[in-house]
Amino acid sequence: MKKGSFEVKVGLAEMLKGGVIMDVTTSEQAKIAEDGGAVAVMALERIPADIREEGGIARMSDPKMIKEIQKMVSIPVMAKCRIGHFAEAQILEALGVDFIDESEVLTPADEKNHINKHSFKVPFVCGCRDLGEALRRIGEGAALIRTKGEAGSGNIVEAVRHMRLVQSGIKELTTLDDEVLMAKSKELGAPYTLVKQVAKLGKLPVPNFAAGGVATPADASLMMQLGAESVFVGSGIFKSEDPSERAKAIVAAVTYYDDPEKIGEVSYGLKEAMKGLDMSEIPVEQRLQDRGW
Amino acid sequence: MLTIGVLGLQGAYKKHSRLLNRLGVNSINVRYPNELDRCQALIIPGGESTTIMKLMDFIHIRDKIVKFSESRPIFGTCAGMILMAKKANDPKLETLSLIDMEVIRNAYGRQVDSFTHSIDVMVNGNKETISGVFIRAPRVLKVGKNVKVLASLNGDPVFVREGIHLATTFHPELSSSTVVHQMLINLIKGPVYQSGA
Repeated sequence: MKKGSFEVKVGLAEMLKGGVIMDVTTSEQAKIAEDGGAVAVMALERIPADIREEGGIARMSDPKMIKEIQKMVSIPVMAKCRIGHFAEAQILEALGVDFIDESEVLTPADEKNHINKHSFKVPFVCGCRDLGEALRRIGEGAALIRTKGEAGSGNIVEAVRHMRLVQSGIKELTTLDDEVLMAKSKELGAPYTLVKQVAKLGKLPVPNFAAGGVATPADASLMMQLGAESVFVGSGIFKSEDPSERAKAIVAAVTYYDDPEKIGEVSYGLKEAMKGLDMSEIPVEQRLQDRGW
Repeated sequence: MLTIGVLGLQGAYKKHSRLLNRLGVNSINVRYPNELDRCQALIIPGGESTTIMKLMDFIHIRDKIVKFSESRPIFGTCAGMILMAKKANDPKLETLSLIDMEVIRNAYGRQVDSFTHSIDVMVNGNKETISGVFIRAPRVLKVGKNVKVLASLNGDPVFVREGIHLATTFHPELSSSTVVHQMLINLIKGPVYQSGA
């Protein structure tokens, strides 16, 4: 019996495809998410929109709160640790969380190094802004990649930018001669073996999800049509007026992402989405996506 | 040409389609009730059983799947198996009750306890060893008298058949073996009640 192999880590990511992973801060919210059809919940103390507003250091959540959420729901429970904070990750693994998000939403603990994710049994998801960043994280052992987008903004523009950059980066690799791939690997700052693999496969070796700014069923549909295989919704659900109905609508929108009539149907009369921020309202030094490299 | 549908509401449905295509079978993603009409068999993939169940009811495909099962084979993996069981240990789940068995969700623990293990399957009297990938897998607590256990792990059934329906607690679609999918195809083509194990 072999546990913690890369195969079983990616295996769970495969099972989460075509689904919605929702940020929750209490066990009551976790219940609403599960009842709404979430494939997993992300347990965290403050959702990104509140972290942005309140400031201060954002850290791993209280184990008590994670345990309560694990008790409440039967779907996988994810939790975030700070970039490079492998001690937080060790604690989360010991708590039995199903996936760890080494996340730019929390205040980074190491400005130079991300966690060596190969040394854990629990799978990791990491954010990226382009193909090079995605492959660096996979090189470190991430079993799932998501766009960074701009967490807590309720604005899809950055997630779209990042997904397009990843997808066009992949497409470009498939057109290149083998001789060019080493130079390309240097340019991307990505492991050569992974660059070769992507050039051959025409896709990332792990699932590729969207995150950072999804607020409406239409946003979810947009990201799926751009190539995302699932969607993380952070502040978008519990910062909206009717979280339960919005959760259900976004779940349906991911499954029927290419059926505008269905998405129109589930969007009909949905109460207010989160207010959201234009990128010009977020000072450059406060952009979460620039944390990590 | 033979067409096998893969319930494409949520989960690892594309992996099944790829395997079916390798076996020369046409595969379609089933997300609407009328798409079942084109299929000679159906696969309910792994994913989250609560999510798949909610989406089945959202699109009103439940009754149609039950009707489909009366004459055509259905094969469920992991979450798909849970949904096919007569009973699951979760009051949230209203299963399809296609195989007379009782299952326990996430019976081996959380994701850190997910594992791979070789599985011996009897195929036409010959033993074939395949790689079993178990992801937050269910455990079969008991099976009815008409359920045939085709493979076990440490005494627990991991691959069962009742009539024309198959179910595995593991994920053959995540390994390179096509044995289980080939058995599903044989259930369509060949004699409905094979001698099996």
